[in-house]
Amino acid sequence: MSTTFTIHVDGAAIPARPGQTIMEACDAAGLYIPRLCDVEGLAPQGSCRVCTVRDNGRCVSACTQPAMPEAVIEHDTESMNRYRRDLVTMLLHEGNHLCPGCEASGRCELQAMAYRLGITDSNRLPYLQPVRPLDASHPLWVLDTNRCIFCSRCIRASREQDGKNVFEYVGRGIHKRLAVNGNHLADTSAQEGDHAMSDGICPVGCIIRKGEGFSTPIGQRRFDKHLIGEEIENKSGRSDLSTEEAQ
Amino acid sequence: MTTPQAATDYATDIVKNACRQYNNDASRMMDILWCVQDALGGIDTDAMTVIAQQTSGYRVEVEGVVSFYSFFSSQPRPQVVRIYLCEDVIDQHAGIAEVAAVFERTLGIRIGQTSADIPVELHWTPCIGLSDQAPAALINFRPFTRLTPDKAEALARAILAGIAVHELPIGEGEGNNSKPLINVEVANNLRLPGAVYFAPHRPLSGLDNAGRLSPAQVRHEIRQAGLRGRGGAGYPVWKKWEAAATTASERRFVICNADEGEPGTFKDRLLLTEKADLLFEGMTIAAYAVGASEGILYLRAEYRYLHAWLNHLLLERRRQGLLGKAIRGMENFDFDIRIQLGAGAYICGEESALISSCEGRRGEPKTKPPFPAQAGYLGYPTVVNNVETLCAIPAILSRGSQWFAGLGTEQSSGTKLLSVSGDCSRPGVYEVPLGISVKEVLTLAGGVDAQAVQVGGASGEMIGVADFGRSLCFEDLPTAGAIMIFNGQRNLLSIVHYFMRFFVDESCGYCTPCRVGNVFLLQAVEKIMKGLGEAQDIESMRQLSETIIATSRCGLGHTSPNPVLSSLKHFPLVYSSLIRENAKGMQAGFDLEQALATARAIVRRPAEVLQCEVRLQPADAHASDRLTGVLAYPLIARSGLDDYTVPKVDSTDDPSAHQEDAES
Ligand SMILES: Cc1cc2nc3c(=O)[nH]c(=O)nc-3n(C[C@H](O)[C@H](O)[C@H](O)COP(=O)(O)O)c2cc1C
Ligand code: SF4
Ligand code: SF4
Ligand code: SF4
Repeated sequence: MSTTFTIHVDGAAIPARPGQTIMEACDAAGLYIPRLCDVEGLAPQGSCRVCTVRDNGRCVSACTQPAMPEAVIEHDTESMNRYRRDLVTMLLHEGNHLCPGCEASGRCELQAMAYRLGITDSNRLPYLQPVRPLDASHPLWVLDTNRCIFCSRCIRASREQDGKNVFEYVGRGIHKRLAVNGNHLADTSAQEGDHAMSDGICPVGCIIRKGEGFSTPIGQRRFDKHLIGEEIENKSGRSDLSTEEAQ
Repeated sequence: MTTPQAATDYATDIVKNACRQYNNDASRMMDILWCVQDALGGIDTDAMTVIAQQTSGYRVEVEGVVSFYSFFSSQPRPQVVRIYLCEDVIDQHAGIAEVAAVFERTLGIRIGQTSADIPVELHWTPCIGLSDQAPAALINFRPFTRLTPDKAEALARAILAGIAVHELPIGEGEGNNSKPLINVEVANNLRLPGAVYFAPHRPLSGLDNAGRLSPAQVRHEIRQAGLRGRGGAGYPVWKKWEAAATTASERRFVICNADEGEPGTFKDRLLLTEKADLLFEGMTIAAYAVGASEGILYLRAEYRYLHAWLNHLLLERRRQGLLGKAIRGMENFDFDIRIQLGAGAYICGEESALISSCEGRRGEPKTKPPFPAQAGYLGYPTVVNNVETLCAIPAILSRGSQWFAGLGTEQSSGTKLLSVSGDCSRPGVYEVPLGISVKEVLTLAGGVDAQAVQVGGASGEMIGVADFGRSLCFEDLPTAGAIMIFNGQRNLLSIVHYFMRFFVDESCGYCTPCRVGNVFLLQAVEKIMKGLGEAQDIESMRQLSETIIATSRCGLGHTSPNPVLSSLKHFPLVYSSLIRENAKGMQAGFDLEQALATARAIVRRPAEVLQCEVRLQPADAHASDRLTGVLAYPLIARSGLDDYTVPKVDSTDDPSAHQEDAES
């Protein structure tokens, strides 16, 4: 039954199916929209807002917005990219991000996104410098929420895939922080094999595996080799996109 | 003497009973938490563990809910007296700082700190819906109005003497406020009754007329009347109703939004006090029109003093067959209403966050689409309307859509309730036709020396004299009805600062731009207030505001930069007079002393930084610190951002020590 239709992203005609989000349609076409909170396999939630696009004139998060027939979407433009740089800058200033000493450096999606978006200049925003205690109680992982970007990936993975609820937020607004179901991580049911604790769930350096830090040499780390998002761009290649002018 | 074990068992029993009272249903978490807190004074981790067990959930989920709402405490303190002082700008202008100081002195406690010695706590809280009788406070949710230092002292002494809160001396309440079930010293302050809400209405005439029409015909009437939502957004009511009615479902819900959290708004308070039967008639008609059989009245905790009264009216209606099965003899029309008490969160006025709260969750907005009318409360089609919107329904059905459409303007039909407060001689509620000019309102209210008017509360627009000719309607200045008047003595920048702090405190924290961006915007305002602003700061404030508005997930973030943007637009001199030129090539915004001070504090007092623990209770925010606006050290250290700690510099330090630092 699923009749496909077309959406127009920055002038390129992209095929979409009913029920697909804008991001899903673009991913399938090899067009990468930057994102931090969305990850393959978990329900999208639209919290980081880095995937903001203008859908028929209205700003929406591409990861949650259904694609609609003939929608005109603005994505890779100066104004959208400025918003994205502002958002990533906010996250970099909200937590403590001193990359050279961070175990996640090189595979961290926040850092990689900053590079991809060209965040290199200094800016006028202050640093908030959280001082939250480390949780090193668990034999397998250290939890350092001072780098948390509130993407909820660990919360959703634990809930949706592990059938547990190891993580949840407490507090609200700028006081919001990640908490665990117990006084410490060691009191929770987090264990080896949990999807929530696996590589690639926490996009930054909050959930750090004990005993094997800094094991990948510089030059061979995930984002040493390519920009974040290239795996999507390479999947089907942007070359097979037809621009409308070309049609 | 009770043993510790006996005390624990007692608490556990209370908690288990609370859960049982709501069938161990996690979606009734708000009610369970209120029940526990009322009995024990707070909800600690032991209680959370028991609640999680009983409701088949996780402790951290319960903690997530408790910590989201500002009126839930994680510290059990039986018999505690909690005093919430209204910190809104209107109350500040009316002298709440002096009142706060008297409370602090007489009680011997600081605001925001708990003392083990006496079971009394002092807190700040945003607008409690009493701006027309400021300064005001809630003491165990009982309102006390028109406070003076003398009155505060008498109240504090009575509390210390052990007089129960319901026996504290009060002035006379106006209208229903003096009824035994309410019994508070609140004034109604209805200054101008109009054609819709405060005109005579024959009870049930609207409902009976509706019953003679089909549900679709009722929706058509509302469409013809051109009624738009009174909660702020002005969305056509019929569209929402149509969507809910035509979405196939076994259950549908009608929710009345009585969260009234926008600073400076209090007209719903008056409707709930004097016109609750009209509201319930409106909800019943709405239920008939969309095919709903269940209704919820979401009542903000600040209006908890009306809870018993409203419950009593609901009971009466059930007794009279106006709620329950086959209402007014109409077969197949069953409808009932329950009251859901909020717990202190402005964001819960946003309709999807309100639904999250009704479901017993953290009050976070939901992803849209789907919209509540398609999939709302527990996933069922849900209509959410403001109190005032629902109160207009019976009149429309009773007197006809033509009559209603003839009031107001082309695109904004009907009358509107305005909550007028601030520098005027007749603060209170005015029912006026939509389209009235700001100037006319000022004349009515006696706001003769107005310099600025905040239209629509914190999220609205601050306008100056040049714009007083503009009209209040959806085509020009849309508003949920808050009109705050400021005379020439008021410091507009500190008003902007307060509103930004309000948004920082009330952001739910779900999305990046609102959670973080508003903190930066607030800090930028503080920088300018301290005289450290440079010309470029204005431009970066504009940019930041644009990003927050464009990328935020809900209406809170879409409007939170408005205080900054509208004051920049209408009062540019307020900013430019404080902006410094770059002198001698120095960056004006850079405060060398401050930058060094932080570093010095770290070097000299490492322990303070390293031992900082996350505290659940807000840190000490002293009365004067929180109100004066301009700060000695950055916001973060002061406004109780518990886990963002900037070390304070000890002012008693020997200055020569700094010399050493600089030399070494
Ligand atoms: C942050 C925020 C707070 C809100 N607070 C309220 C409120 O206190 N009362 C209200 O009726 N609507 C409030 N609204 C608007 C509601 O989301 C919703 O539009 C309204 O309840 C719909 O009813 P109406 O169409 O009858 O106005 C708020 C919206 C936002 C974004
Ligand atoms: S989490 Fe990422 S951005 Fe933050 S310090 Fe580590 S590598 Fe850098
Ligand atoms: S700990 Fe990591 S995965 Fe979890 S919310 Fe924070 S940044 Fe996201
Ligand atoms: S804009 Fe985002 S953070 Fe702010 S209240 Fe809405 S969802 Fe929460």
